[in-house]
Amino acid sequence: MSVTNLLENWSTFRHFHPVDDKPHEQYKWAMAINLDACTGCNACSVACYAENNIAVVGKDKYAHGQTMHWMRIERYWDEDGREFPDQGAQFLPMMCQQCEAAPCETVCPVGATNHTADGLNSQVYNRCIGSRYCSANCPFKVRYFNWYDYPDQEKVWPEPLPQQLNPDLTVRTKGVMEKCTFCVQRLTAAKSDARNEGRSVRDGDVQTACQQACPAGAISFGNLVDPQSKIAKQWEKQRVELAAHDEQEKDKEGSELRGYRIFEELRAYPSVMYLERVRESAV
Amino acid sequence: MERDIREDIAWAKINTDVLKSLESPRRLYWVIVFVAMLIFSIGIGCEVYQYNVGLGVANMDNPHVWGLYIATFIFWIGMSHSGTLLSAILLLMGADWRKPIYRFAEAMTTFSLMTAGLFVMVHLGRLWQVYYALPYPNERGVWPNFQSPLLWDAMAIFTYLSSSVLFLFIGMIPDLAICRDHLHPGWRKKLYTLLSLGWEGTDRQWRNFRVAYVTVACFLIPLAVSVHSIVASDFAMSQQPGWHVTSFPPYFVAGALYSGCAAIITLFIILRYVFKFEDYMTLPILKKIARLTFAIAMVWTYLNAVEFASVWYSHDQASKDVLIQKATGPYAPFWWMMNFCGSVVPLVLAFKRFQTSIPVLFAVSLLLNLGMWLERWMIVAPTFSHGYYPWTWDHDQWPSLVQWGMVFGSFGWFTLLFMVFCKVFPSVSMYEVKEMVYHRKMALENKTEGAH
Repeated sequence: MSVTNLLENWSTFRHFHPVDDKPHEQYKWAMAINLDACTGCNACSVACYAENNIAVVGKDKYAHGQTMHWMRIERYWDEDGREFPDQGAQFLPMMCQQCEAAPCETVCPVGATNHTADGLNSQVYNRCIGSRYCSANCPFKVRYFNWYDYPDQEKVWPEPLPQQLNPDLTVRTKGVMEKCTFCVQRLTAAKSDARNEGRSVRDGDVQTACQQACPAGAISFGNLVDPQSKIAKQWEKQRVELAAHDEQEKDKEGSELRGYRIFEELRAYPSVMYLERVRESAV
Repeated sequence: MERDIREDIAWAKINTDVLKSLESPRRLYWVIVFVAMLIFSIGIGCEVYQYNVGLGVANMDNPHVWGLYIATFIFWIGMSHSGTLLSAILLLMGADWRKPIYRFAEAMTTFSLMTAGLFVMVHLGRLWQVYYALPYPNERGVWPNFQSPLLWDAMAIFTYLSSSVLFLFIGMIPDLAICRDHLHPGWRKKLYTLLSLGWEGTDRQWRNFRVAYVTVACFLIPLAVSVHSIVASDFAMSQQPGWHVTSFPPYFVAGALYSGCAAIITLFIILRYVFKFEDYMTLPILKKIARLTFAIAMVWTYLNAVEFASVWYSHDQASKDVLIQKATGPYAPFWWMMNFCGSVVPLVLAFKRFQTSIPVLFAVSLLLNLGMWLERWMIVAPTFSHGYYPWTWDHDQWPSLVQWGMVFGSFGWFTLLFMVFCKVFPSVSMYEVKEMVYHRKMALENKTEGAH
């Protein structure tokens, strides 16, 4: 690709506005997480570790904040004067929000993190030089850096554990950034199968690992472009796209509309919608 | 009245005095070089360890992905602005007193840029892939991301480095010819012969030389301003609270000139002592730099206040929280120390008594640079521990000895380069000092009271 080619075809690389123009024709992967259903059991996080070959860094490095949990369950303790174990907590599963206007993408000096046609925020491990600017500019801080060479030098998978690694994706070396991919290896496989049968991926054909593992069914995932999919219906119902304009109307309708995206005001247009919690904290 | 330089120094004496600094070094010189090498090797040791084991040994963690490396990088880039200020800006303003001191200030520019470059390297997770950031043609058609401020950074710094090396070199040509003509045969004579480009001091050569010098000076000034504005863009163009500040580019430039001026005072005093340049690096000149530093310190203080005020009245709760966190959180001692060193200590320079007091100026200049280093750290670090996302708020982080070792080592590297430069190239501009002496003499003969 020459510079001329790059300049001439710039419009195909960049789209004008993540909401106003329509960059996605066939697929736009999106997620919804029902916080009312979430019990904070961490099954999603464990499933994510297993599916995505995430290194388990151990106690010492965990204490240094060098954990790699792509999917993390955050606890927000109730401040009502009660002490643990009586104290209630709210849980929030947090992973890469796959923003449509992702702050991480523009700042990478080598273009290692990009937007795909499916609306995913991709991370190209082989291209990453580890400047960590993406993480510095991520409002959610959901990017995890390989501070050590976990597979080889740190031996996080001693024999025979390498046998259990997922062959559909790589293990990452030291000095590269990684993050939730919406289980892109599953999406690719599903798309390939569907293409062989001459159709689009149908709702339910593909699940992310966290969604599959969630015992409460709090996570739904699918193609937003397909109006019949569960996720499209949920997003439609919750009017998340219009959240900012609809604030007052939402209040009028009471608890019917619970959908929101985190840091909507930063205009990153995340692909994950959360359904607000209605019930009291678990005790 | 005070004179910047005595009018009765013979031209031959200027040559002898300056060329003496190129002769066999005294013991003190070797001691300094040895200590500098020792300090630098600590830095190298840390980098070798970090390269082999991984960046984790720097004790950065997942919200705190940037640390002292980036802060010290900005510090050294800032330091590099003094040379351009003295040689280019003051040249165009016709300030004669810059003449005996601009050469070492320019060398400082070059070497601090080279030191800053090291921090970009050690900061990277995969140093061995650093060439991915260069726009080189390749068979895969992959380009760097031209939207990234880090890429602008790399380009701005490289342009600045090459231009300031060129400027340093051009300004040195007549002096290199003097060295060529006066030194004994040896490898250095060959070097000077090569570098002086056949300079003979003819009329035509001088005319071309002047034009070339002023042209490069004019080119360098906007470049110097843009370099630090672009470094500021790394932060100002991001979305993070505490970084996303419109006033950052001028604030960074002011901070850069500030730390540069302070460093000039430090090196002025050291060189004056080590090479016995009392006749050239005179107290009236020191006084002028001290006053310049004071003025820039006040500009910096003002811009700092503007930043706090605009955050405070912005009603942006996240940015406000970062500011409050700086003043009261774990970084508070450093933040207050930065304000003390940057805004209170320079007030000493307002007193005439201290403007020519060498011990006071030496101590003040070191404190100012400490303050400026802390300023850079206080820009980079607190945003990570109190950003938008609440999850980051309960993560404490402290740089490990590996990070501190590399920060420390960079001073050794800088000193080493600077010491080598002082022995190989004349650190005082001979031809311009002669010019200055001559101007002064003419002024006296014409019975005019000029500042020259």
